[in-house]
Amino acid sequence: MRKLHLAIIIIFVLAALSGCGYNTMQGQEEGVFAAWADVEAAYQRRADLIPNLVEVVKGYAKHEAGTLTAVTEARSKVGTVQISKESLGDPAAVSKFQEAQGQLSGALSRLIAVAENYPDLKANQNFLDLQNQLEGTENRINVARVRYNKAVQDFNTTIRSFPNSLTNSLLLHLSRKEPFRADEGARTAPKVQF
Amino acid sequence: MKSPITTLLLLCLLTPASALDVPQLRGHVNDTAGMLSSGAAQHLEAALTDFEQTDSTQIVVLTIPTLAGENLEEYSIKVAEAWRIGHKGLDNGAILLLSQQERKIRIEVGRGLEGKLTDLTSGRIIRDIITPRLKAGDIDGGITAGVSSIMEVVRGDYQAKARDLTQSKESAPPVLTLLFFLFVAIIFLGGISPFLGGVAGAVGLPVIGSLTLSGLGLFFLGALGFIGFIGGMILALIFRGGRGRWSFWGGPFIGGGWGGGSSGGFSGGGGSFGGGGASGSW
Repeated sequence: MRKLHLAIIIIFVLAALSGCGYNTMQGQEEGVFAAWADVEAAYQRRADLIPNLVEVVKGYAKHEAGTLTAVTEARSKVGTVQISKESLGDPAAVSKFQEAQGQLSGALSRLIAVAENYPDLKANQNFLDLQNQLEGTENRINVARVRYNKAVQDFNTTIRSFPNSLTNSLLLHLSRKEPFRADEGARTAPKVQF
Repeated sequence: MKSPITTLLLLCLLTPASALDVPQLRGHVNDTAGMLSSGAAQHLEAALTDFEQTDSTQIVVLTIPTLAGENLEEYSIKVAEAWRIGHKGLDNGAILLLSQQERKIRIEVGRGLEGKLTDLTSGRIIRDIITPRLKAGDIDGGITAGVSSIMEVVRGDYQAKARDLTQSKESAPPVLTLLFFLFVAIIFLGGISPFLGGVAGAVGLPVIGSLTLSGLGLFFLGALGFIGFIGGMILALIFRGGRGRWSFWGGPFIGGGWGGGSSGGFSGGGGSFGGGGASGSW
Protein backbone atom coordinates (compact mmCIF):
# COMPACT_ATOMS: atom_id res chain seq x y z
CA MET A 1 0.00 0.00 0.00
CA ARG A 2 2.47 2.56 -1.17
CA LYS A 3 -0.25 5.08 -2.01
CA LEU A 4 -1.44 4.92 1.53
CA HIS A 5 1.98 5.72 2.91
CA LEU A 6 2.33 8.61 0.55
CA ALA A 7 -1.03 9.98 1.66
CA ILE A 8 -0.03 9.72 5.31
CA ILE A 9 3.26 11.46 4.67
CA ILE A 10 1.63 14.28 2.74
CA ILE A 11 -0.98 14.86 5.41
CA PHE A 12 1.63 14.71 8.12
CA VAL A 13 3.89 17.19 6.38
CA LEU A 14 0.97 19.58 5.78
CA ALA A 15 -0.05 19.39 9.41
CA ALA A 16 3.52 19.83 10.60
CA LEU A 17 4.08 22.86 8.40
CA SER A 18 0.95 24.63 9.52
CA GLY A 19 1.82 23.79 13.11
CA CYS A 20 5.22 25.37 12.69
CA GLY A 21 3.77 28.63 11.46
CA TYR A 22 4.64 28.25 7.80
CA ASN A 23 1.33 29.66 6.67
CA THR A 24 1.09 32.17 9.51
CA MET A 25 4.39 33.72 8.61
CA GLN A 26 3.55 33.90 4.93
CA GLY A 27 0.19 35.42 5.74
CA GLN A 28 1.63 37.99 8.08
CA GLU A 29 4.30 38.98 5.62
CA GLU A 30 1.57 39.60 3.09
CA GLY A 31 -0.17 41.65 5.78
CA VAL A 32 2.95 43.79 6.12
CA PHE A 33 3.08 44.28 2.35
CA ALA A 34 -0.57 45.26 2.23
CA ALA A 35 -0.11 47.73 5.08
CA TRP A 36 2.93 49.12 3.31
CA ALA A 37 0.93 49.58 0.12
CA ASP A 38 -1.54 51.66 2.13
CA VAL A 39 1.29 53.78 3.49
CA GLU A 40 2.62 54.39 0.02
CA ALA A 41 -0.83 55.19 -1.32
CA ALA A 42 -1.36 57.75 1.44
CA TYR A 43 1.99 59.40 0.76
CA GLN A 44 1.29 59.37 -2.96
CA ARG A 45 -2.03 61.05 -2.32
CA ARG A 46 -0.23 63.83 -0.53
CA ALA A 47 2.29 64.22 -3.32
CA ASP A 48 -0.58 64.50 -5.80
CA LEU A 49 -2.13 67.34 -3.84
CA ILE A 50 0.96 69.48 -3.80
CA PRO A 51 0.95 70.93 -7.34
CA ASN A 52 -2.56 72.30 -6.78
CA LEU A 53 -1.65 73.66 -3.40
CA VAL A 54 1.47 75.36 -4.73
CA GLU A 55 -0.54 76.81 -7.60
CA VAL A 56 -3.15 78.34 -5.29
CA VAL A 57 -0.60 79.75 -2.85
CA LYS A 58 1.46 81.18 -5.70
CA GLY A 59 -1.49 83.25 -6.83
CA TYR A 60 -1.61 85.08 -3.51
CA ALA A 61 1.86 84.89 -2.10
CA LYS A 62 4.31 85.64 -4.87
CA HIS A 63 6.98 86.77 -2.46
CA GLU A 64 7.29 83.39 -0.86
CA ALA A 65 9.22 81.89 -3.74
CA GLY A 66 11.71 80.27 -1.37
CA THR A 67 9.09 78.38 0.59
CA LEU A 68 7.31 77.30 -2.56
CA THR A 69 10.50 76.06 -4.18
CA ALA A 70 11.36 74.10 -1.05
CA VAL A 71 8.01 72.30 -1.26
CA THR A 72 8.38 71.55 -4.95
CA GLU A 73 11.90 70.27 -4.49
CA ALA A 74 11.00 68.12 -1.53
CA ARG A 75 8.14 66.68 -3.54
CA SER A 76 10.27 65.77 -6.51
CA LYS A 77 12.80 64.20 -4.17
CA VAL A 78 10.09 62.09 -2.60
CA GLY A 79 9.23 60.82 -6.06
CA THR A 80 12.72 59.38 -6.45
CA VAL A 81 12.89 57.62 -3.09
CA GLN A 82 10.72 54.57 -3.41
CA ILE A 83 11.00 51.30 -1.57
CA SER A 84 10.27 47.96 -3.16
CA LYS A 85 8.64 45.54 -0.79
CA GLU A 86 11.74 43.37 -0.79
CA SER A 87 13.75 46.13 0.86
CA LEU A 88 11.26 46.73 3.67
CA GLY A 89 13.70 44.83 5.86
CA ASP A 90 16.50 47.24 5.06
CA PRO A 91 16.78 49.90 7.82
CA ALA A 92 18.79 52.25 5.63
CA ALA A 93 16.24 52.23 2.81
CA VAL A 94 13.34 52.74 5.18
CA SER A 95 15.01 55.58 7.04
CA LYS A 96 15.92 57.23 3.74
CA PHE A 97 12.29 57.02 2.65
CA GLN A 98 11.17 58.39 5.97
CA GLU A 99 13.66 61.22 5.80
CA ALA A 100 12.51 62.29 2.34
CA GLN A 101 8.87 62.25 3.41
CA GLY A 102 9.77 64.07 6.61
CA GLN A 103 11.41 66.85 4.62
CA LEU A 104 8.29 67.23 2.55
CA SER A 105 6.21 67.37 5.73
CA GLY A 106 8.46 70.09 7.07
CA ALA A 107 8.33 72.12 3.86
CA LEU A 108 4.55 71.77 3.75
CA SER A 109 4.03 72.96 7.29
CA ARG A 110 6.20 75.99 6.58
CA LEU A 111 4.08 76.71 3.52
CA ILE A 112 0.89 76.49 5.55
CA ALA A 113 2.42 78.72 8.21
CA VAL A 114 3.34 81.27 5.56
CA ALA A 115 -0.21 81.25 4.26
CA GLU A 116 -1.24 82.57 7.66
CA ASN A 117 0.12 85.97 6.66
CA TYR A 118 -2.18 86.30 3.68
CA PRO A 119 -5.77 86.93 4.74
CA ASP A 120 -7.03 86.72 1.14
CA LEU A 121 -5.43 83.34 0.72
CA LYS A 122 -6.86 82.11 4.00
CA ALA A 123 -10.32 83.07 2.86
CA ASN A 124 -9.93 81.48 -0.57
CA GLN A 125 -12.36 78.61 -1.04
CA ASN A 126 -9.85 76.59 -3.06
CA PHE A 127 -7.24 76.99 -0.40
CA LEU A 128 -9.65 75.90 2.31
CA ASP A 129 -10.60 72.85 0.29
CA LEU A 130 -7.00 71.96 -0.37
CA GLN A 131 -6.22 72.42 3.25
CA ASN A 132 -8.99 70.01 4.19
CA GLN A 133 -7.61 67.52 1.75
CA LEU A 134 -4.11 67.98 3.05
CA GLU A 135 -5.21 67.50 6.65
CA GLY A 136 -7.21 64.46 5.64
CA THR A 137 -4.21 63.06 3.84
CA GLU A 138 -1.87 63.65 6.75
CA ASN A 139 -4.36 61.83 8.92
CA ARG A 140 -4.50 58.93 6.48
CA ILE A 141 -0.72 58.79 6.49
CA ASN A 142 -0.76 58.62 10.26
CA VAL A 143 -3.35 55.86 10.31
CA ALA A 144 -1.55 53.90 7.61
CA ARG A 145 1.76 54.22 9.45
CA VAL A 146 0.31 53.07 12.73
CA ARG A 147 -1.26 50.07 11.02
CA TYR A 148 1.92 49.29 9.16
CA ASN A 149 3.90 49.36 12.38
CA LYS A 150 1.35 47.07 13.98
CA ALA A 151 1.64 44.61 11.09
CA VAL A 152 5.43 44.76 11.26
CA GLN A 153 5.39 44.17 14.98
CA ASP A 154 3.14 41.13 14.59
CA PHE A 155 5.29 39.75 11.82
CA ASN A 156 8.59 40.33 13.59
CA THR A 157 7.27 38.73 16.75
CA THR A 158 6.01 35.73 14.81
CA ILE A 159 9.24 35.03 12.97
CA ARG A 160 11.25 35.29 16.18
CA SER A 161 9.14 33.02 18.32
CA PHE A 162 9.66 29.27 18.48
CA PRO A 163 9.04 27.07 16.51
CA ASN A 164 8.41 29.58 13.75
CA SER A 165 11.98 30.78 13.97
CA LEU A 166 13.12 27.28 13.09
CA THR A 167 10.77 26.96 10.13
CA ASN A 168 11.87 30.36 8.98
CA SER A 169 15.58 29.72 9.14
CA LEU A 170 15.24 26.34 7.46
CA LEU A 171 12.63 27.02 4.81
CA LEU A 172 11.36 30.53 4.39
CA HIS A 173 14.28 32.86 5.14
CA LEU A 174 11.99 35.83 5.71
CA SER A 175 13.77 38.84 7.12
CA ARG A 176 12.46 41.08 9.83
CA LYS A 177 10.76 44.23 8.62
CA GLU A 178 11.58 47.75 9.60
CA PRO A 179 8.94 49.84 11.39
CA PHE A 180 8.61 53.61 11.12
CA ARG A 181 10.41 55.51 13.82
CA ALA A 182 8.63 58.46 15.32
CA ASP A 183 9.94 61.66 13.82
CA GLU A 184 8.52 64.99 14.76
CA GLY A 185 8.42 66.46 11.29
CA ALA A 186 6.21 63.80 9.83
CA ARG A 187 4.09 63.06 12.84
CA THR A 188 2.52 66.42 13.31
CA ALA A 189 0.10 67.44 10.65
CA PRO A 190 0.32 71.06 9.60
CA LYS A 191 -1.90 72.97 11.97
CA VAL A 192 -3.71 76.09 10.95
CA GLN A 193 -5.53 78.47 13.21
CA PHE A 194 -8.58 80.22 11.90
CA MET B 1 0.51 44.75 58.70
CA LYS B 2 0.94 45.30 55.04
CA SER B 3 3.95 43.67 53.56
CA PRO B 4 5.81 45.50 50.81
CA ILE B 5 4.64 42.84 48.39
CA THR B 6 1.00 43.58 49.08
CA THR B 7 1.66 47.24 48.50
CA LEU B 8 3.40 46.44 45.27
CA LEU B 9 0.53 44.29 44.12
CA LEU B 10 -1.95 46.98 45.00
CA LEU B 11 0.11 49.47 43.04
CA CYS B 12 0.06 47.16 40.07
CA LEU B 13 -3.70 47.23 40.15
CA LEU B 14 -3.63 50.98 39.87
CA THR B 15 -2.50 51.03 36.26
CA PRO B 16 -3.36 54.35 34.71
CA ALA B 17 -6.86 54.32 33.32
CA SER B 18 -6.98 54.17 29.55
CA ALA B 19 -7.09 57.65 28.12
CA LEU B 20 -10.66 57.79 26.89
CA ASP B 21 -12.87 54.81 26.38
CA VAL B 22 -15.00 54.28 23.35
CA PRO B 23 -18.62 54.31 24.47
CA GLN B 24 -20.84 51.40 23.71
CA LEU B 25 -22.63 51.55 20.39
CA ARG B 26 -26.31 51.96 21.23
CA GLY B 27 -27.89 52.94 17.96
CA HIS B 28 -27.39 55.31 15.09
CA VAL B 29 -27.47 58.22 17.48
CA ASN B 30 -25.17 58.00 20.49
CA ASP B 31 -25.68 61.25 22.29
CA THR B 32 -23.52 60.60 25.33
CA ALA B 33 -23.00 64.32 25.86
CA GLY B 34 -26.74 64.97 25.77
CA MET B 35 -26.40 67.68 23.17
CA LEU B 36 -29.50 66.81 21.18
CA SER B 37 -33.08 67.33 22.24
CA SER B 38 -34.92 64.04 22.55
CA GLY B 39 -37.19 64.91 19.62
CA ALA B 40 -34.27 65.58 17.32
CA ALA B 41 -32.47 62.43 18.47
CA GLN B 42 -35.52 60.28 17.72
CA HIS B 43 -36.00 61.93 14.37
CA LEU B 44 -32.36 61.33 13.45
CA GLU B 45 -32.45 57.74 14.65
CA ALA B 46 -35.50 57.07 12.47
CA ALA B 47 -33.99 58.78 9.44
CA LEU B 48 -30.71 56.91 9.75
CA THR B 49 -32.44 53.57 10.27
CA ASP B 50 -34.51 54.16 7.14
CA PHE B 51 -31.43 55.14 5.25
CA GLU B 52 -29.61 52.00 6.28
CA GLN B 53 -32.55 49.90 5.13
CA THR B 54 -32.69 51.45 1.68
CA ASP B 55 -29.03 52.07 1.01
CA SER B 56 -27.30 49.70 3.47
CA THR B 57 -24.96 52.57 4.32
CA GLN B 58 -24.49 53.06 8.04
CA ILE B 59 -24.12 56.57 9.39
CA VAL B 60 -23.66 57.01 13.10
CA VAL B 61 -23.64 60.10 15.26
CA LEU B 62 -21.58 60.27 18.44
CA THR B 63 -21.38 63.16 20.84
CA ILE B 64 -18.98 63.10 23.76
CA PRO B 65 -18.70 65.56 26.63
CA THR B 66 -14.94 65.94 26.31
CA LEU B 67 -11.93 64.48 24.58
CA ALA B 68 -10.04 64.61 27.87
CA GLY B 69 -6.91 65.84 26.16
CA GLU B 70 -6.91 63.19 23.50
CA ASN B 71 -6.29 64.03 19.87
CA LEU B 72 -9.57 64.30 17.95
CA GLU B 73 -8.40 62.31 14.93
CA GLU B 74 -6.86 59.56 17.02
CA TYR B 75 -9.96 59.20 19.15
CA SER B 76 -12.13 59.19 16.08
CA ILE B 77 -10.25 56.36 14.37
CA LYS B 78 -10.30 54.48 17.65
CA VAL B 79 -14.09 54.72 17.70
CA ALA B 80 -14.24 53.69 14.07
CA GLU B 81 -12.07 50.65 14.69
CA ALA B 82 -14.08 49.64 17.73
CA TRP B 83 -17.52 50.04 16.17
CA ARG B 84 -16.69 48.90 12.66
CA ILE B 85 -19.56 50.84 11.17
CA GLY B 86 -20.45 49.89 7.62
CA HIS B 87 -20.69 46.51 6.01
CA LYS B 88 -17.82 44.15 5.64
CA GLY B 89 -16.42 44.30 2.15
CA LEU B 90 -18.36 47.45 1.32
CA ASP B 91 -16.92 49.57 4.12
CA ASN B 92 -19.83 51.94 3.72
CA GLY B 93 -19.90 53.60 7.11
CA ALA B 94 -19.45 57.12 8.37
CA ILE B 95 -19.30 58.64 11.83
CA LEU B 96 -20.15 62.19 12.78
CA LEU B 97 -18.32 62.94 16.00
CA LEU B 98 -18.80 66.01 18.16
CA SER B 99 -16.91 66.87 21.28
CA GLN B 100 -18.88 69.30 23.36
CA GLN B 101 -16.25 70.90 25.55
CA GLU B 102 -13.59 71.38 22.88
CA ARG B 103 -16.24 72.38 20.35
CA LYS B 104 -14.72 70.06 17.79
CA ILE B 105 -16.34 68.16 14.95
CA ARG B 106 -15.09 65.31 12.84
CA ILE B 107 -16.58 63.29 10.05
CA GLU B 108 -14.84 59.92 9.85
CA VAL B 109 -15.42 58.28 6.51
CA GLY B 110 -15.25 54.55 5.80
CA ARG B 111 -13.10 53.42 2.91
CA GLY B 112 -16.07 52.52 0.75
CA LEU B 113 -17.55 56.01 0.99
CA GLU B 114 -14.34 57.91 0.32
CA GLY B 115 -15.21 58.16 -3.36
CA LYS B 116 -18.25 60.37 -2.77
CA LEU B 117 -17.74 61.66 0.72
CA THR B 118 -14.23 62.93 0.11
CA ASP B 119 -12.15 64.87 2.61
CA LEU B 120 -13.09 67.96 0.66
CA THR B 121 -16.81 67.26 0.80
CA SER B 122 -16.63 66.36 4.47
CA GLY B 123 -14.72 69.56 5.11
CA ARG B 124 -17.36 71.59 3.33
CA ILE B 125 -20.17 69.93 5.21
CA ILE B 126 -18.46 70.78 8.47
CA ARG B 127 -17.48 74.28 7.42
CA ASP B 128 -20.54 75.44 5.54
CA ILE B 129 -23.40 73.44 7.00
CA ILE B 130 -22.70 72.31 10.54
CA THR B 131 -20.43 75.00 11.96
CA PRO B 132 -22.57 78.08 11.20
CA ARG B 133 -25.61 76.52 12.86
CA LEU B 134 -23.67 75.37 15.89
CA LYS B 135 -22.13 78.82 16.25
CA ALA B 136 -25.62 80.26 16.26
CA GLY B 137 -26.50 77.87 19.08
CA ASP B 138 -28.72 75.63 16.97
CA ILE B 139 -27.26 72.28 17.98
CA ASP B 140 -30.22 70.17 16.81
CA GLY B 141 -30.32 71.98 13.49
CA GLY B 142 -26.58 71.74 12.91
CA ILE B 143 -26.32 68.03 13.57
CA THR B 144 -29.50 67.21 11.67
CA ALA B 145 -28.47 69.29 8.68
CA GLY B 146 -25.01 67.75 8.74
CA VAL B 147 -26.39 64.23 8.80
CA SER B 148 -28.83 65.04 5.98
CA SER B 149 -26.01 66.40 3.83
CA ILE B 150 -23.94 63.29 4.45
CA MET B 151 -26.92 61.16 3.45
CA GLU B 152 -27.47 63.24 0.31
CA VAL B 153 -23.84 62.89 -0.70
CA VAL B 154 -23.66 59.13 -0.33
CA ARG B 155 -27.20 58.31 -1.39
CA GLY B 156 -27.30 55.85 -4.22
CA ASP B 157 -23.71 54.75 -3.78
CA TYR B 158 -24.86 51.44 -2.35
CA GLN B 159 -28.13 49.59 -2.35
CA ALA B 160 -29.36 47.37 0.39
CA LYS B 161 -29.20 43.81 -0.81
CA ALA B 162 -30.30 40.93 1.29
CA ARG B 163 -31.64 41.49 4.75
CA ASP B 164 -28.88 39.56 6.46
CA LEU B 165 -26.06 41.32 4.75
CA THR B 166 -24.02 41.38 7.94
CA GLN B 167 -24.49 37.76 8.73
CA SER B 168 -24.01 36.05 5.41
CA LYS B 169 -20.29 36.52 5.12
CA GLU B 170 -18.79 36.09 8.49
CA SER B 171 -20.03 32.64 9.42
CA ALA B 172 -19.44 30.62 6.25
CA PRO B 173 -16.90 27.99 7.25
CA PRO B 174 -14.36 27.05 4.62
CA VAL B 175 -15.64 24.05 2.66
CA LEU B 176 -12.30 22.51 1.96
CA THR B 177 -11.27 22.40 5.58
CA LEU B 178 -14.55 20.78 6.53
CA LEU B 179 -14.25 18.25 3.73
CA PHE B 180 -10.75 17.44 4.87
CA PHE B 181 -11.95 16.78 8.40
CA LEU B 182 -14.75 14.64 7.05
CA PHE B 183 -12.21 12.70 5.04
CA VAL B 184 -10.14 12.08 8.15
CA ALA B 185 -13.22 11.11 10.13
CA ILE B 186 -14.33 8.65 7.46
CA ILE B 187 -10.95 6.98 7.33
CA PHE B 188 -10.75 6.83 11.09
CA LEU B 189 -14.22 5.35 11.51
CA GLY B 190 -13.88 3.29 8.36
CA GLY B 191 -10.84 1.71 9.89
CA ILE B 192 -13.14 0.26 12.54
CA SER B 193 -15.79 -0.82 10.06
CA PRO B 194 -16.68 0.28 6.51
CA PHE B 195 -20.26 0.71 7.61
CA LEU B 196 -19.20 3.33 10.18
CA GLY B 197 -17.28 5.12 7.46
CA GLY B 198 -20.44 5.18 5.40
CA VAL B 199 -22.41 6.55 8.33
CA ALA B 200 -19.81 9.28 8.86
CA GLY B 201 -20.16 10.24 5.22
CA ALA B 202 -23.93 10.10 5.34
CA VAL B 203 -24.02 12.45 8.32
CA GLY B 204 -21.05 14.65 7.46
CA LEU B 205 -21.78 15.56 3.87
CA PRO B 206 -25.29 16.94 4.44
CA VAL B 207 -24.04 18.81 7.51
CA ILE B 208 -21.27 20.44 5.49
CA GLY B 209 -23.73 21.12 2.71
CA SER B 210 -26.18 22.89 4.96
CA LEU B 211 -23.42 24.86 6.71
CA THR B 212 -21.96 26.08 3.48
CA LEU B 213 -25.04 26.71 1.39
CA SER B 214 -27.89 27.72 3.61
CA GLY B 215 -31.39 26.90 2.56
CA LEU B 216 -30.89 23.52 0.91
CA GLY B 217 -34.04 21.49 0.42
CA LEU B 218 -34.70 18.26 2.27
CA PHE B 219 -34.50 16.30 -0.92
CA PHE B 220 -31.10 17.68 -1.72
CA LEU B 221 -29.84 17.01 1.78
CA GLY B 222 -31.12 13.45 1.49
CA ALA B 223 -29.28 13.02 -1.77
CA LEU B 224 -26.11 14.38 -0.18
CA GLY B 225 -26.56 11.91 2.66
CA PHE B 226 -26.86 9.06 0.20
CA ILE B 227 -23.80 10.16 -1.76
CA GLY B 228 -21.96 10.60 1.52
CA PHE B 229 -22.85 7.08 2.62
CA ILE B 230 -21.68 5.45 -0.62
CA GLY B 231 -18.57 7.63 -0.76
CA GLY B 232 -17.76 6.93 2.88
CA MET B 233 -18.05 3.17 2.36
CA ILE B 234 -15.83 3.29 -0.71
CA LEU B 235 -13.19 5.47 0.96
CA ALA B 236 -13.24 3.25 4.02
CA LEU B 237 -12.74 0.15 1.87
CA ILE B 238 -9.93 1.75 -0.13
CA PHE B 239 -8.00 2.88 2.90
CA ARG B 240 -8.79 -0.14 5.01
CA GLY B 241 -6.57 -2.65 3.25
CA GLY B 242 -3.16 -3.61 4.54
CA ARG B 243 -3.11 -2.00 7.95
CA GLY B 244 -5.82 -2.85 10.33
CA ARG B 245 -6.41 0.16 12.51
CA TRP B 246 -5.95 3.86 12.27
CA SER B 247 -5.44 4.46 15.88
CA PHE B 248 -3.07 7.36 15.74
CA TRP B 249 -5.62 9.80 14.44
CA GLY B 250 -6.79 10.83 17.85
CA GLY B 251 -10.25 11.22 19.17
CA PRO B 252 -13.46 12.01 17.38
CA PHE B 253 -13.71 15.14 15.30
CA ILE B 254 -15.45 17.97 17.05
CA GLY B 255 -16.26 20.91 14.87
CA GLY B 256 -14.83 24.26 15.83
CA GLY B 257 -17.31 26.91 16.78
CA TRP B 258 -18.78 28.71 13.84
CA GLY B 259 -20.96 30.99 15.83
CA GLY B 260 -24.00 32.60 14.35
CA GLY B 261 -23.97 36.14 13.11
CA SER B 262 -24.64 39.14 15.22
CA SER B 263 -27.52 38.91 17.61
CA GLY B 264 -30.35 41.38 17.62
CA GLY B 265 -29.99 45.11 18.05
CA PHE B 266 -27.84 47.55 16.17
CA SER B 267 -24.21 46.89 15.47
CA GLY B 268 -21.51 47.74 13.01
CA GLY B 269 -21.10 45.30 10.17
CA GLY B 270 -17.32 45.13 9.99
CA GLY B 271 -16.58 48.15 7.85
CA SER B 272 -13.02 49.41 7.77
CA PHE B 273 -11.71 52.95 7.97
CA GLY B 274 -8.50 54.39 6.63
CA GLY B 275 -8.52 57.79 8.28
CA GLY B 276 -10.51 59.60 5.60
CA GLY B 277 -12.74 62.52 6.49
CA ALA B 278 -12.32 66.00 7.86
CA SER B 279 -12.20 67.86 11.14
CA GLY B 280 -13.35 71.25 12.23
CA SER B 281 -14.48 73.26 15.19
CA TRP B 282 -17.19 75.67 16.07
